[in-house]
Amino acid sequence: MKRHFLSTRIWHWINLVCLVVLFMSGLNISNAHRYLYWGEWGFSPEQAWLAVPRFPGWATIPDYYSLAAARDWHILMAWPFALGLLFMWAAMLVNRHFWRDLRTSPAEWHPRSVGADIRKHLRLDFRHGPGKYNFLQKVSYGLVFAVLLPGMIFTGLAISPGFEAAAPWLVDAFGGRQSARSVHFIFAWGIFAFFVVHVALVLLSGPVRQMRDMITGGKA
Amino acid sequence: MKRRALLAGLGAMFVGACSKVADSSVGSSLLSAAEDWHRKAHRALSSRTAMVREYTKADISPDFRGNGSLTVDTEAYRAHMAEGFVDWRLEVGGLVANPLSLSLEQLRAFPQRTQITRHDCVEGWSAIGEWTGPQLSAILEAAGISSEANFIVFRCADTLGGHKYYESVDMVDALHPQTIIAHRLNGENLPIKNGAPLRMRIEKQLGYKHPKYLTAIEAVASLDDIGLGKGGYWEDQYGYQWYAGI
Repeated sequence: MKRHFLSTRIWHWINLVCLVVLFMSGLNISNAHRYLYWGEWGFSPEQAWLAVPRFPGWATIPDYYSLAAARDWHILMAWPFALGLLFMWAAMLVNRHFWRDLRTSPAEWHPRSVGADIRKHLRLDFRHGPGKYNFLQKVSYGLVFAVLLPGMIFTGLAISPGFEAAAPWLVDAFGGRQSARSVHFIFAWGIFAFFVVHVALVLLSGPVRQMRDMITGGKA
Repeated sequence: MKRRALLAGLGAMFVGACSKVADSSVGSSLLSAAEDWHRKAHRALSSRTAMVREYTKADISPDFRGNGSLTVDTEAYRAHMAEGFVDWRLEVGGLVANPLSLSLEQLRAFPQRTQITRHDCVEGWSAIGEWTGPQLSAILEAAGISSEANFIVFRCADTLGGHKYYESVDMVDALHPQTIIAHRLNGENLPIKNGAPLRMRIEKQLGYKHPKYLTAIEAVASLDDIGLGKGGYWEDQYGYQWYAGI
């Protein structure tokens, strides 16, 4: 088992704090208008594709309804989140973490090999082959790094009217501002789902060692 | 249930820590600094005259939602309404060489700009409408705006929660080509719920920066002595961000 890079460990914990604050302040922001739409516009329930439940105070930042204060937190933590992701991508490409550990080979996509990996996971057998990560890990980390995390930043920029003047094509790329807002919401829950599975697998595969390794780097 | 209580407890602890940070002076200045970084980043990434998207008539939403004040509850406003706003005046003052008092007719005599734009409310919803009116830059030029003016303050006839509505923007947004004083929406005189007879369109910012029932425009060097000093009704009363481009 290879050690975790220092850049990976620093980013991992900073990113955790960012995601928790962004997610919980985001739930407060969601409470301000609990309807999601497709396309450019939408302002009333009959145009919505989803009526979102009201999130309780214990799940939101701050723990009472305040769109202004929630936006303060969201706007602040967007900076370390976005710059951190940029840093992590640069670090992964430079230190070869991406090429060596996260990239999949065509053989890994063979249905038989995918099936075998799924069965192995279902038996809670987490022993690894020669690589650092198995196929399902690579696919889920790939999805998080390449789609969900950057997707949050791009959809966030697309719903900002001040940024729109700089890059109107970004709004178009998501099919309109309300579509970008819907995707922002869906991706946030996608990251939450990853978080739940990620924590569950850490708990099942030796939480003390896993936590220690993500702090100290682990034994080579 | 126990695990859920533990999670809720951990959540509450975290949220408690967050509000402690927000209440501390370093924390709150960090929060407002972040807003400023966004404004600077937006300004650095686009030119002063970079436009927001303009749509076609086919994109106009079937209704343009009214929000905040939906009318002005005063005898004077009802009288203006009954007379079709013929006596409504827009005062232009502050740091200008020639203060103006403009009727709707005089505003309509300026070159008009018609733009179909998307309105984004801070709550999250959007509507699209076609707005017509003179550019604010033309009005400020006619009034002989001073080079000492750093902000434009918009005064309104409506009150919300007992406080006069007002807003302000810096000169970049004030002089932006799409910043207009709208008197028409979708080819009709402005409806009451959307701010009749005049409202601002500040297209690069969220809806609360587009004041309705506009009565006066004031050029100032600083916002410190206006209202509670934060530059607008929502900023003063509820701590909303003065830069609402995000």
